[in-house]
Amino acid sequence: MIPIRFPLPFALACALGLASPAAGQETTPELLAAARKEGKVVWYNSVDVKVAEGVAKAFRAAYPGIEVEVERSGSERVFQRINQEHQAGIRNADVVNSSDASHFLFWKQQKWLAPHVPPDVKRFPPASRDPEGYYATWRATLSVMGCNTRLVPAKDAPTGYRDLLDPKWKGKLVKSHPSYSGTSLTGTYALTRALGWGYLEALAKQDVQQLQSTTATPKSLATGERAVMVDGNEYNMFMEIDAGSPVRILYAREGTPLVASPTAIFADAPHPSAARVFQNFLYTVAVQQFLVDAGGLRSVHPDVKERPGRTPLSQIKILPDDPAGMLPHVAEIKQRYTAIFGH
Amino acid sequence: MEATLESAARSRSRSFDWTAPFSLVAVLLLSALVLLPVFWLAVTSLRDDAHRFTLGYYRQLLVDPDFVRPLLTTLWTSAAVGASCLAAAAPMSWLVARTDLPGKRLLRILVLASFVTPPFLGAFAWVLLGGPNAGLLNQWYYALLGLKPFEAAPLVNVFSAWGMVFVTFLYTFPYVFTFLANGLEAIPSELEEASAILGASAWYTALRVSLPLAMPALLAGFLVAFLQSMTLFGVPAILALPAGVDVMTTKIWSLFQFPPQLGLAAATSLPLLAVTALLLRAQALVMGRRGYAVVGGRSTGARLTRLGPWRIPALAPFVLVLGCSIVLPYGVLLRTAFVKNWSRPLAGNLSLEQWRFVFLEFSQTRLALQNTFVLGIAAATAGTVLVTVVGYLSLRRLVWGHRALGLLATAPVAIPGIVLAVGLFLSYTRPPLLLYGTLSIIFLAYLTKELPVGYQQVAASLKAVHPELEDASRIFGATRLRTLVDVTAPLVRNGILATWFFIFIGSIRELSATILLFTARTKTISVTMFDLRESNDWGPIAVLSLTMLAITFAMVAALHLLTDRRAT
Repeated sequence: MIPIRFPLPFALACALGLASPAAGQETTPELLAAARKEGKVVWYNSVDVKVAEGVAKAFRAAYPGIEVEVERSGSERVFQRINQEHQAGIRNADVVNSSDASHFLFWKQQKWLAPHVPPDVKRFPPASRDPEGYYATWRATLSVMGCNTRLVPAKDAPTGYRDLLDPKWKGKLVKSHPSYSGTSLTGTYALTRALGWGYLEALAKQDVQQLQSTTATPKSLATGERAVMVDGNEYNMFMEIDAGSPVRILYAREGTPLVASPTAIFADAPHPSAARVFQNFLYTVAVQQFLVDAGGLRSVHPDVKERPGRTPLSQIKILPDDPAGMLPHVAEIKQRYTAIFGH
Repeated sequence: MEATLESAARSRSRSFDWTAPFSLVAVLLLSALVLLPVFWLAVTSLRDDAHRFTLGYYRQLLVDPDFVRPLLTTLWTSAAVGASCLAAAAPMSWLVARTDLPGKRLLRILVLASFVTPPFLGAFAWVLLGGPNAGLLNQWYYALLGLKPFEAAPLVNVFSAWGMVFVTFLYTFPYVFTFLANGLEAIPSELEEASAILGASAWYTALRVSLPLAMPALLAGFLVAFLQSMTLFGVPAILALPAGVDVMTTKIWSLFQFPPQLGLAAATSLPLLAVTALLLRAQALVMGRRGYAVVGGRSTGARLTRLGPWRIPALAPFVLVLGCSIVLPYGVLLRTAFVKNWSRPLAGNLSLEQWRFVFLEFSQTRLALQNTFVLGIAAATAGTVLVTVVGYLSLRRLVWGHRALGLLATAPVAIPGIVLAVGLFLSYTRPPLLLYGTLSIIFLAYLTKELPVGYQQVAASLKAVHPELEDASRIFGATRLRTLVDVTAPLVRNGILATWFFIFIGSIRELSATILLFTARTKTISVTMFDLRESNDWGPIAVLSLTMLAITFAMVAALHLLTDRRAT
């Protein structure tokens, strides 16, 4: 997909001076005062709950007087809740983060989002931000394979997805669910394009433990409940390694799905000013560096440094994500997957 | 009393008897609470998206294996829970009620503890205990026998239909046990003594005299367990779903995921309602025809069988069952709540980190606690007032249609929590009352769900008060309502207090209805825990579990203190 940088309507709007929000997108004293008056921001997200609360804590310290409410669930569950609430006329969410980037295409089509470009985002690579300024990649991770080092010696570790079909892994695998997790959905789409649905059908015969979240599979692996993880967040694996759990990341030779998670502001956010202050805060170097250092995530911010000891993205074979290509197939992927693996 | 009667007499001339309007309001309120959700369930299940009549949803229910399989699973697992509860509770309740077993008081307290432990909480604990490879019990088992996980079969695998049956059994057992123990205590021992005097052996007496006498209670106990198991949501969602096993309640839940398939959800709910109603009817028939009253008055003191050398070995089943329902689960929750990384050994890992996170960082804790308490207090207070008024009106047969009142108040017993939630969702997401997304809709769910428990509690207390006292107040000129407030209520104070506490405890642990009705602003502790489960955040789950248990036990203790003081 060739990124189109300035589609006509947006360029037109700029020329006519209609894109007024673009003018006041920095955290000015006026915006901050308005945000303080609103008193809080409600943030729906799908990042690991401890990472999310770490960000919220940093925000409270930086902007005393503005409370952050964190509502965390799987991306697909977050999407359901927002849509269900919208349908019932409930406006609760201000800022949303999801690992299923196609959600943002849908919400943008529905005209539910407000355009807002945080100062830092202007310097992001064009592929990581919406040309019309509705959303930008807040965090990225890989949907990796992994193994428990106590149960699987290094020499026996699988090197790719096809290895997992070996009978010796029967009953030893753990996997997340694309109906719950956006990372899992993005990864499933990439995997079915690389290996076909036949691969997943064969995998299902391996007696796979089916969990929901891609934050859950690394935790299951760490306890030794299963020996090999089919998919899970790379960032949770980094956090487990930091905590001393016996796990190792495996980058599959067929390639590893990349998952970019944008954030956006809702047009009818109940706390519009606080939402903008918060959104600006999310993309600052400090927060982005925190995501990398403490959260094990990848950042597209040009000033953020990778932590030493972690394999740089440039050395990993990546299966890129394609939200626009995935969007029309989302319901079908979930249905087909559930038919094969169950809930 | 004198002052009361005086004031009642004084107010005679100017007070209007509010009994009639009050009861009218009660009837209308009850009807709306109970009948509206059922009405919308029926309507929604019978019409398609264009609001035309259809039987399509029911047809799908009967032919689609995705619906037939969960139904069959629900039926056989519930039957298995019922059978295992009977098999365990029958001998154990006999031991407590009719023998000189040591430590009965402690055993009853422990049974009470497992009674108030929410089943989904037990399921959480059993994931940590009985996960096939990393579960604590299985780890001990592997270590003890020198086996290796994955190579040898685990001791227990809770992620299975049988795992679900086992955990459901653990937390349904106390219902059946209490039911049977009370029943056995009510059987006079004279008949058994007669049998013994006539030369029958202890076994023969038990088999030919005690067992037939206890039969109605046994059957009813089975039905209670079957019902309880059929309507649970938390345990199957936590233990059976990961194994790819669906039951009716989890199926309804998945139909509610966005975009919700309301017609199908309603059509799936109604059969569950019908089965429950049928079973309750069966239970009433069984109990009604062969009640203990037939046997004769309450005996002065049951004859206790001496166990002799079997006194201590007889404790074994208690150790086993209560160990599995209380000791091990509470232990593993404590272990999980007080370590930094629960996948590592205990040594050097002890920490208050999880508590710090839950109470200082996790932004849902405060909101969820607040919602849980607001809902618990509101449902308990409104529920107690409602059942007291309704109980009084219907038991004293004060108004036309008193029978309908009692029936309406106990009818929700037949409505499983998740079915009620579907009905409430259908009733209150349309004008005139748009309640979805507010605490009110969850409040209505709790109020409706707890009505039967409250009503039965209040009715039992009211039956114990002789109407003569009320008549005296009426002769002095007090209205019915005044009499209820000034005379009757103080006399049944303990019963009313108990009602309040029962509804409160029932409300703060509610999951199966809340799971369909909550939104981000209206989360409770139970659904917050359910959310955390999907990302395997066991540390925070353990902390919230222990918090919920602490609140529950504090409430039980408070009730004890409040009612004890009155008695002395």
